[in-house]
Amino acid sequence: MQVRFWGTRGSIPAALTAHMLRDKLVHALVAAAGQHLDTPEKAGAFADTLPFPISHTFGGNSPCVELLADGAPRVLLDMGSGARPAGLEALRQLAGKPGEFHIFMSHLHWDHIMGFPFFTPAYIPGHSIRIYGCHAELEHAFRRQQAPPSFPVDFSRLGARIEFVQLEPGRAYEIAGYRVMAKLQAHSGDSYGYRFERGGKTVIYSTDSEHKLEDIAQTDSFIDFFHAADLVIFDAMYSLADAISVKEDWGHSSNMMGVELCQLAQAKHLVLFHHEPAYDDATIERVWRETQRLEEITRGEHPVQVTAAYDGLQLAL
Amino acid sequence: MEFIERPAGKAVILAPAGRIDMATSDQFRDRVLALVDTCTKAQQAVVLDFSAVGYISSAGLRVLMLAAKQARGSGGTVVLAALQPVVLEIFQISRFDKVLACHPGVSEALAAVGAGG
Repeated sequence: MQVRFWGTRGSIPAALTAHMLRDKLVHALVAAAGQHLDTPEKAGAFADTLPFPISHTFGGNSPCVELLADGAPRVLLDMGSGARPAGLEALRQLAGKPGEFHIFMSHLHWDHIMGFPFFTPAYIPGHSIRIYGCHAELEHAFRRQQAPPSFPVDFSRLGARIEFVQLEPGRAYEIAGYRVMAKLQAHSGDSYGYRFERGGKTVIYSTDSEHKLEDIAQTDSFIDFFHAADLVIFDAMYSLADAISVKEDWGHSSNMMGVELCQLAQAKHLVLFHHEPAYDDATIERVWRETQRLEEITRGEHPVQVTAAYDGLQLAL
Repeated sequence: MEFIERPAGKAVILAPAGRIDMATSDQFRDRVLALVDTCTKAQQAVVLDFSAVGYISSAGLRVLMLAAKQARGSGGTVVLAALQPVVLEIFQISRFDKVLACHPGVSEALAAVGAGG
C-alpha cells in the first residue's frame, strides 16, 4: 500500500509567497558560495543537502490524501484543494480509460470539500465516483457549494456517475478492497476518522479531531482505534498549550497528543497533518523536529517514527 | 504519587515525586488545585518543585493549565522550579514554558514571587 499526500494544510489553503521564495533562494545561494554547481546534477545533489525549509515547501493545499494499492481502485480521503492535482494525476494515469474513485469524507467543512468543483474526473462521463461519509448532509454539502451564487457549474451538470453512501461509525465495511471503519471525533458539527486495513497493513486518517484530556473513555477509544496501525495521519495543528487554552473547543489537536496516542496504541508511524496555515515552512519544520525529539525522550519500549506531511509526500507501507 | 509540602514565608513549596501521567494526574490535580485555592486565600504563592518529577504527560500538563487559570482568575500565583532536563524539554515542546514561569531552582522561584531570603 502507498499513501500520497495531495493537500496537508488545515483550515484554508496557504500559498508560498514571492517573498518566502526569495528568502529560500537567498539562503540557498549563500550556502552554495564556493561550490562549483555548473550542471543540473551537481546543483540537484547540492539542493538535497539543504535543510527541508530551504530546498522544499510543505505546500499549501487543504486536505486530500490518496491510498494506492495494487489491484485496488483509487481511494481519496477528503476533497480539500489538494483534490485538484489529485484528479489531474489520476486522469494522466488513466490515459483516457474510465476511472473508479472512492472518496471518504472526514466532515463537510469548506477546507475539506472545496477541491471537488476542481476535481476534473467529476466532469467527464464514464468515470464513477462514490463519496462516503457519516454526515446526513453529505450530498447536500457537495451540491450546495456548486449552486449559484457560489459556483458557475451546477452539480447536476457533472458528467461522471456520482453516488453518495452513508456510513455508520463503528461498523466495519469492505469497500474498494479495504476493510474500513469510521469513528466519531470531537469537532464542530462532528468529524469522523477512518481506519483502513488491507493486506496486513493499517492506515488511520484522523484529522479535525480534538482530544479532551479529561475524558479518559475518549482517550481509550482512540488508543483502540489506532491500535498497531502502520501509519497514523493526525491533526497536529496546534501546540498542546494552545489546544487546551486559547484554542480549546476549536476542534483540533497537537503534536504532543499525537505522540502520546501513538505510543499508547503501539502505532508505528505518526504523520503530522493539517498544518496551521499561519505557519511558514521553517515553523512547521521546527515543530516536526521537536516532535521527533519528544518521541525520543518519552519513548518506552515502542518507537514511533514521526514525519511531517507535505504536499507531494508519498509513503510506502 | 508522593508529595512533600513545606511553607516558605509568603509561599508554599509543593514537591511531587515520580511520573505525572494518566494514572496519577487526578491525584496531582486534587492536591495542586486545593493548594492553589488555600494559598490564594492566604495571599501566598505556590512553588511547584519539580526536581523529583521524571516525566509529565499531556494529562499532567492539563492540570497545570487548570492551576494557572485558577490562580489567574483569583489573583494567585503559581510557578515551577527545578525541572529536570527532560521535563523542561517537554514543557518547551508543548509551549507550557509560556504558560507558567519555570525557574532553574527553588530559591530563584521564591525570589521571583517575593518570598525569597
